[in-house]
Amino acid sequence: MKFSRFSNGLARLLLGGALCWSLAAEAQLAIEITGAGANRIPVAIADFGGEAGASQALTAVVRSDLERSGLFRLVDTGSEVLSEISAVDYGDWKIRGVDALAAGSLRRNADGRLEARFRLYDTNRQSNLGGAAYLTAAPQLRAAGHRVADYIYEKLTGEKGVFSTRIAYVHKTGSRYELRIADSDGQNAQTALVSREPIISPAWSPDGARIAYVSFENKKPIIFVHSLTTGARQVIANFKGSNSAPAWSPDGQRLAIVLTRDGNSQIYTIGANGGGALTRLTSSAGIDTEPQFSANGAQIYFTSDRGGSPQIYRVAANGGVAERVTFEGNYNVSPHPSPDGKSLAFITRQDGRFQLAIMDLQSRQVQMLSDFGRDESPSFAPNGRMIVVATETNGRGVLSAVSTDGGVRQRLSVPVGDVREPAWGPFAR
Amino acid sequence: MKKFVSWIFITLAALTLAGCPTLGPEPDAAPVEERDGVARVEAGDVSQSGLPDILTKGALSKRSVYFALDRYDIEAGFRDLVAAHARFLVENRNFKVLIQGNTDERGSREYNLSLGQKRAEAVRQMLLLLGVQETQVEAVSLGEEKPRLEGHNETAWAENRRADILYSGEF
Repeated sequence: MKFSRFSNGLARLLLGGALCWSLAAEAQLAIEITGAGANRIPVAIADFGGEAGASQALTAVVRSDLERSGLFRLVDTGSEVLSEISAVDYGDWKIRGVDALAAGSLRRNADGRLEARFRLYDTNRQSNLGGAAYLTAAPQLRAAGHRVADYIYEKLTGEKGVFSTRIAYVHKTGSRYELRIADSDGQNAQTALVSREPIISPAWSPDGARIAYVSFENKKPIIFVHSLTTGARQVIANFKGSNSAPAWSPDGQRLAIVLTRDGNSQIYTIGANGGGALTRLTSSAGIDTEPQFSANGAQIYFTSDRGGSPQIYRVAANGGVAERVTFEGNYNVSPHPSPDGKSLAFITRQDGRFQLAIMDLQSRQVQMLSDFGRDESPSFAPNGRMIVVATETNGRGVLSAVSTDGGVRQRLSVPVGDVREPAWGPFAR
Repeated sequence: MKKFVSWIFITLAALTLAGCPTLGPEPDAAPVEERDGVARVEAGDVSQSGLPDILTKGALSKRSVYFALDRYDIEAGFRDLVAAHARFLVENRNFKVLIQGNTDERGSREYNLSLGQKRAEAVRQMLLLLGVQETQVEAVSLGEEKPRLEGHNETAWAENRRADILYSGEF
């Protein structure tokens, strides 16, 4: 795509007026779509009926989500307002080139909460694909929009949507570091931690309630687990030397971590709640780091230079003999297994360029997913469809999301400072 | 003016020919200046950082060991530097050092944290090999998080692939 398009969300932000912009500018991640899928499904999202301002805001979130995914082409519905109880003229929508149509309404209940109801229609089969209703407090209206978009996405693509998920990242301006949590569309960013020292390697607990990370606030790397709603923090590992690279087991009970207490960086597991035994998992003369559990929890992928250059290996989660996974090139790091367990995202260096790559674990075929040259820290969306990485544009850290087939690309940036260390959260509950 | 010049002269004379003020060329002025002037004496060679001069001037003021890309072995050109610090630490068992390992900004942050640790550990191991005691030396890593030289070019990267030897009082 020659011209990049700004998302509806950013456009609304820009139109929102100077005051709104100045308040929102620093907090929000702006998302720029830099590539979209080749065969996009034409969909129409009619303006939701009901309370005027709120309905428009809700409709805008749904449209923006679907468009940003790169899988849908939004067909203009004009000023036509349709609700979930309107009769649908399938033939007319078919002529307009629409494969799927959503129509709904928003109403305020007696308790003040907002109820979004909608239905989805297949114009080719002239059938009703179903519908749903979501109840939210007014300030969380955008969350209802993401739920509607997730429903539509799942019905039309067969896989779960990730619009309701959140992304954690580190924002650095000068010597100020902030761990932030934003909606998957970059909006609604909230700061969980502010520090004058580096914060790296955020990792979501499987239930999305806590984040483990490495903080240098005590002048050395220490692992914390941070409850997002309460802000309560617990030191999980503060051994002699450095403590880093936390990764949750799928059941949320243990963390794989990296310690240098016995000399070099080696992988251990420890109870995620601070208790429990410390178990050493690897034993090598070199560097072992960046552990990541496979989706089923049976294996741990990690980076090691035991063979002379950093390569990716895997070992049974309870220890044993490690098996080498990558062989091409002399720098393959940051393994991240896909949620379905079939592929592995990692960073490979070729001719001094650091690129996101994906390996089919069955065939061991490797495909390059980006050409930015400065990619780091890949993280899968929970549906496995997109991978977010930290990269660099014009000397500034930005995030980039790429679909696993390489077709869809988005860039997420903030107006000031560097964005880095992304971690895509689990499905919303 | 004459008084000022003679004060400098007398001070210099006092420093170079300590204890022999009568050898100055202007003996008449000397007794007055001697009464008011204070000659500075440094007990135990204390410098501003609180470290002895031997660590802040001369060979031991060099504290950085530089590394090649991806590497953590100490190159031949830096062995004398590490050996000199080892000799000092063996002769001065009351001194302790912290070795901070660093990397350039490229590649994985976590791998770089480990790589920085390996670089610091390489310096620590060489010190231990040369007789320094375990209790005198600790190795830590800052990875790519605290670049000495900001920038996205080879000059900055080369400067940041480094392990620093810091003495008590400097960290």
